Amino acid sequence: MDSVSILGPVAPSPTTIPFFLPTVPAGFPSPAQDHIEQRVSLDELFQLHRPQIYLAQVSGHSLTGLGILDGDLVLIDKALQPRREDVVIACLNGDPLIKIFDIEQQQVVLRSANPAYPPRYVLEGEELQIWGVYVGLCRQGRNCG
Amino acid sequence: MSACADRGAIVAERIFALIDCNSFYCSCERVFRPDLIRTPIVVLSNNDGCVVSRTPEAKALGIKMGEPWFQVRRGFEAAGGVAFSSNYALYGDISERVMTVIEGLVPQLEVYSIDEAFAELTGIQTDRVRMGREIRSQILAATGIPTGVGIAPTKTLAKLANFAAKRWQRQTGGVVDITDPKRRDKLLQAVAVNEVWGVGRRITERLGEMGIRTAWQLAEADAWTLRKQFSVVLEKTARELRGTPCLELDGIAPPKQEICCSRMFGERLDELAPIREAVASYAARACEKLRAQGSVCKRVRVSIRTGMFNPDEPKFTKGMLCELPYPTDDTRLITQAALAGLDKLYRPGFAFSKAEVLLMDLCGRGEFTDDLFASSQPANSEKVMAVLDSINAKWGRGTLRPGVVPAAPAWSMRRELMSQSFTTRVDQLWRVSAR
Repeated sequence: MDSVSILGPVAPSPTTIPFFLPTVPAGFPSPAQDHIEQRVSLDELFQLHRPQIYLAQVSGHSLTGLGILDGDLVLIDKALQPRREDVVIACLNGDPLIKIFDIEQQQVVLRSANPAYPPRYVLEGEELQIWGVYVGLCRQGRNCG
Repeated sequence: MSACADRGAIVAERIFALIDCNSFYCSCERVFRPDLIRTPIVVLSNNDGCVVSRTPEAKALGIKMGEPWFQVRRGFEAAGGVAFSSNYALYGDISERVMTVIEGLVPQLEVYSIDEAFAELTGIQTDRVRMGREIRSQILAATGIPTGVGIAPTKTLAKLANFAAKRWQRQTGGVVDITDPKRRDKLLQAVAVNEVWGVGRRITERLGEMGIRTAWQLAEADAWTLRKQFSVVLEKTARELRGTPCLELDGIAPPKQEICCSRMFGERLDELAPIREAVASYAARACEKLRAQGSVCKRVRVSIRTGMFNPDEPKFTKGMLCELPYPTDDTRLITQAALAGLDKLYRPGFAFSKAEVLLMDLCGRGEFTDDLFASSQPANSEKVMAVLDSINAKWGRGTLRPGVVPAAPAWSMRRELMSQSFTTRVDQLWRVSAR
């Protein structure tokens, strides 16, 4: 290409161009630089951003056999359909309970995981609403201040 | 806003949906209170003043919207009703969940208010009523909030269809589609003009004088007359009722030109000191909003007033404009200006009921032209405010605040019937029983 066409003078521009980069690395570049990834996030792991996920606090000992203890925080998925053996939030006559959902001869049974708590058979005429399904557990260890 | 589209142009027919939560505040109160599923519920305005939300059961007891709580309290409670103070932390969180669900189901969304959203469904091939039902059932499953869905060729008609979905809940299953002109006309003829979006009480009265009483009559009214006698807005409303879209979905709201924080005190205040505390706290809150939208302000107006309705009380209301040395978002500077204004306004001997702080002349940070001789906001002021905001974001609003504002002020709003912040405070989570 040896022909040149003049397009006109260069207009002044408000854009400033730096003379040098603001930081000059002086030491040895970190060998991890190309391998940096996002730190694992519990929010993402449990998908807490989803609109149907709620936190509730357990009070009582009826699920100790499953490792769900008094004072634990549980994650609830409100939109999930309960299956047999799921741990659920069952509102029985208006009371929110955390129980194992089961069906025995077409009758709903709310079971516990602690021999001290007998199964609760839901009778006809009682009001039962499965509020949501248990999907995760949080418990703090030694207080990290 | 674009000009009205021509009728019969060769483009895909526009379809809008309005999704609206039923008795939203009351429905939120029910989410974590399954024991109240059939109980009449009302939610009260700030200071527990008036009824602002009612369940159908409360409506059936004859409770009207806006009725003063003290007037209906005895009868309502005797009938087994339960009242709540407004719990905005809870309603805000549930609203966000509702909007997130809708967002995942429609191509475009405009969040219109805490409990309503417009969606554009143009070009969607599936059965629209079925889609409406899907939106409803997914919102119900994820949040427990019942909704109504109106579907139509314009936003104004979608709003009207939504009204029909609520009024005839049982027959419609909460979803009404009036894209079919025959159904649309039938509905327009059945609905009074005051139910049309944007037609308030005064316009209804004036329309009535002209013989326009139904939505249908407004749709049929002469466009030029409407524009001359009322406004272009009402003319557009009439066109929208005829099925010509004039209003588009509004995306992200433009930054506000004014920011206001005004509240009633929980009790009447006659001394200056507690009023100063309140004004400082409102100023701090307004500054938070200002920084959240990335603006600075040049003026602040502070005003106070007494109650306006008690005939035995001397009345007083006064406001004052305070200039700031330079456009700023610094809580310290704005609070100082507001307090200086208040000190000049204040008169002893009155029972004050309300204060307001209004930030005016806003512009984007870095968008204003500097006065050659004026000073401007120092860089370290921005740093201090950034630290303030991040501490309050982490540890809760009001953790860091102007020194004048006490932790538990006596003048704060009366909210005696407040439910827990079930979803936003870890110490107030819903307790489920393992017994």
